[in-house]
Amino acid sequence: MRRRTGQRIASALGHRALILGFTAFAIFPFYWMLVTAFKQNADLYVGASNTAHNPFIFNRPPTLEHLQILFNNTLYLTWLFNSLWVGALVVLITLALAVPAAYSLARLTGRWGERLSIGIFLTYLIPSTLLFIPFSRLVALLGLQNQLWALVLIYPTFTVPFCTWLLMGFLKTLPKEIEESAMVDGCSRLSAIARVVLPLAVPGLLTVVIFALTLTIQEFVYSLTFISSVGRMTVSVGVPVALVRGDVYYWGSLMAACLITSVPLAILYNFFLDRFIAGFTVGAIK
Amino acid sequence: MTTARVALAQPRIAAAETLSRRDRRLGKILLAPALAYIFLLVAVPFLLAVFLSLTNSSAGSLDFSFVGLQNFRNVVGNAVFLRALRNTFIFTFVSQLLVMVLGNILARALMKPFRGKLLVRFLILLPWAAPISLATLSWLWIFDSTFSVINWLLKVAGWLGPGQWYYWLGDPVLGMIAIITVHVWRMLPFSTVILLAGLTSIPKEVHEAADIDGAGPLAKTFQITLPMMLPILTVAVLFGVVFTFTDMSVVYLLTRGGPYNSTHVLASLAFQDGVLGGDVGRGASVAIFLVPLLVVMAVLMLRISRRAEVV
Repeated sequence: MRRRTGQRIASALGHRALILGFTAFAIFPFYWMLVTAFKQNADLYVGASNTAHNPFIFNRPPTLEHLQILFNNTLYLTWLFNSLWVGALVVLITLALAVPAAYSLARLTGRWGERLSIGIFLTYLIPSTLLFIPFSRLVALLGLQNQLWALVLIYPTFTVPFCTWLLMGFLKTLPKEIEESAMVDGCSRLSAIARVVLPLAVPGLLTVVIFALTLTIQEFVYSLTFISSVGRMTVSVGVPVALVRGDVYYWGSLMAACLITSVPLAILYNFFLDRFIAGFTVGAIK
Repeated sequence: MTTARVALAQPRIAAAETLSRRDRRLGKILLAPALAYIFLLVAVPFLLAVFLSLTNSSAGSLDFSFVGLQNFRNVVGNAVFLRALRNTFIFTFVSQLLVMVLGNILARALMKPFRGKLLVRFLILLPWAAPISLATLSWLWIFDSTFSVINWLLKVAGWLGPGQWYYWLGDPVLGMIAIITVHVWRMLPFSTVILLAGLTSIPKEVHEAADIDGAGPLAKTFQITLPMMLPILTVAVLFGVVFTFTDMSVVYLLTRGGPYNSTHVLASLAFQDGVLGGDVGRGASVAIFLVPLLVVMAVLMLRISRRAEVV
């Protein structure tokens, strides 16, 4: 009996240690951003060979200096604004294309629609690292080099397929009878969609908006390829490319920018992650 | 049993047949804009990528001429390319292997109830939810040549003696370890959540029945959990492979492919040749090497979705 209690305690402790270890691994880079963003330079650049100086804690009082530099002396706010502007336009385009397509695939097409929807989802797998070369031709041809419009044009290539797929899955869970009864009452199908289906689909639409926005703000490869002026960069490229002056890294401001940008995005994303994962696993769990 | 099946099957058939001609036309109209966009901006560029790989076009001008397979011939004989090809497979294989092992351990640990579970889940998901370029920057700082906190820890622990030092991003092997670490860090949450969804979908009754039949923990793992988890395990692996195989951000931001082009992957090399170097044809032909694996992955995914439909 006593041995069993001992075993149980040992396994509970092991479980605790496992969870703690994985959590530490996951959040350490974020902790590092936080500490670096508020450390004085004299505390930051000591060198790791000095074992007497513990880099994990504040050895001198924290400072707001790096934040002030970030907001006053860099283009961080411009980049943030650029990202949000592109994000807003991409969300609108995504909704305009994905909502009708998803409804059509969920309700108005038979077997071939099902196959087509899988095909659309698979286009999400074509990576930006394969398409950026042909896109650079296209962008040059349209005269959109170094303009945010190039990103507005191209970003829906990954938001539309995934959002159509997600929204189609969501619409399929709504009972058909709702718009059928509205149509019996004399609505046309289109007005039934507008008056009955879309209000019920708000949670699904919200998921799509959040994903289109976060995926857009996170995007790195296209933005790096097509935008060269510092003032037109998005935040995911401006921070790693333009905050570094020559070979000098301003780690305090750099980490502050990373922290301020990624944490709110990550929180937003987290709330909707279950729906996102459900999009990937449709079919594998039933 | 038969009646139940018929009852289940009927609404679908009925729905397909009662789709009026008008509804079908509306369906096509609603679908057309999205399809046109995907065709013009995904399918056509994809074909353009193949086309460009057969030309000598460069970034400066829109003129080009056909060179046949010359780009591929040049690329395949190139040591940097071969190294990048090998690296791409090493990074993908090693990081996905680690992610699968760690993800299974973590998902099982998260199945048990404990206090603060929601918070832990949130924190563990952060790496996947944060923008990749910014998260990688923080790793760049962690692996810094002078200020690396890892080196500090190793010094304190006595692993690194006086005068010994790890230049994480200045050494081919250490650089590869750093890149794999970041890939594992980023993909682990994604796979864990997918595996968790799979574990929770196994009905409790199955385990209870196995307990009654006297199945031990090993037998339960290999005869129940693993077979029932197989489809979802495959999904996690497929997406993990695709995301890691095609990524260039981690390599580009951590090492720029250096030192001496020893840590390039296909995607970062295509960027270096095709965008920075301006040799569009060459860059395109490097990127084309991503396609065969993607096709295999797509076929596997189609198989899974078809099988799941039958079940």
